[in-house]
Amino acid sequence: MAERQQAAALSELDRRIINALQGDFPLVEAPYAAVADRLGIAEETLLARLAALLEERVLTRFGPLFQVERMGGRFLLAALAVPEERFEEVSGEVNALPAVAHNYRREHALNMWFVLATETPEGIPEAIARIEAATGLPVFAFPKEREFFVELKLEA
Amino acid sequence: MKTGQPLDEADRRLVLATQAGLPLVARPYEAIGAQLGMSSEEVRRRLDGLLARGVIRRIGAVPNHYALGYVANGMSVWDVDDSKLDELGEAVGHLPFVSHCYRRPRHLPLWPYNLFAMVHGKSREEVRGHLAAIAEVLGSACRAQDVLFSTRILKKTGLRLGGES
Repeated sequence: MAERQQAAALSELDRRIINALQGDFPLVEAPYAAVADRLGIAEETLLARLAALLEERVLTRFGPLFQVERMGGRFLLAALAVPEERFEEVSGEVNALPAVAHNYRREHALNMWFVLATETPEGIPEAIARIEAATGLPVFAFPKEREFFVELKLEA
Repeated sequence: MKTGQPLDEADRRLVLATQAGLPLVARPYEAIGAQLGMSSEEVRRRLDGLLARGVIRRIGAVPNHYALGYVANGMSVWDVDDSKLDELGEAVGHLPFVSHCYRRPRHLPLWPYNLFAMVHGKSREEVRGHLAAIAEVLGSACRAQDVLFSTRILKKTGLRLGGES
């Protein structure tokens, strides 16, 4: 599925919904009703707008966001320098791995940047080996040595 | 780097059942529970436990930056004096427009940068303005810099564990 890359024309209500849902979704029996109440709209309206925003790829996902390291797994940022004539082919080969959580093209000699997310630490070198075997290209690994505090929310 | 314990079997099945998203029904936890043979209370209790342990960062919407108008996604990278990096990295992370900030290894000679700061903006001009602010924080401790704008999202599925849900 192609990822949306243009700005959407969002209604005021959609913006309020997106902003409200970037916070903590309640762990109650009827959570959408609770959020709809706070927004002053009907539960059905919230569910319909949320489904539409996901369908239109304004939201890429709605649900739990996982920190794989807290379950014993690993994240790794890595990159490839892909010859231009092979870019689509290599993109397909890299994306085929479930361990590839994100993959972006960027402007640099290192032009393909992806994040590996694996359930076990061994999963990372395994994924790297598979990518190198499939593409014939060396993987540049950029493990995080230190994470600095951040706090960002995007205003819709 | 802090790591955690592997999930127990029931938590793992819960992760598999929710990693693609929560069901858009009035009682989503009950629906998940029905799928897994758990009560709604148990689903919610386990999700709460996973939140408390940090396995789940939060439950909510993942916006597509591009769709929200943040079409400039700049991975700024900096070659910073190693002895000053930890202190300066903290300062950069606190800048309000920085969404991710990490120290990572160099790969000389191709890649001399050791500080990565992700900056989103509504235009490349806006991002470059933010980068000037980062450069000011880093001052003479910074020897080289670059910004790698993303030009295509090739994949964005998030964590996907293998196996049956």
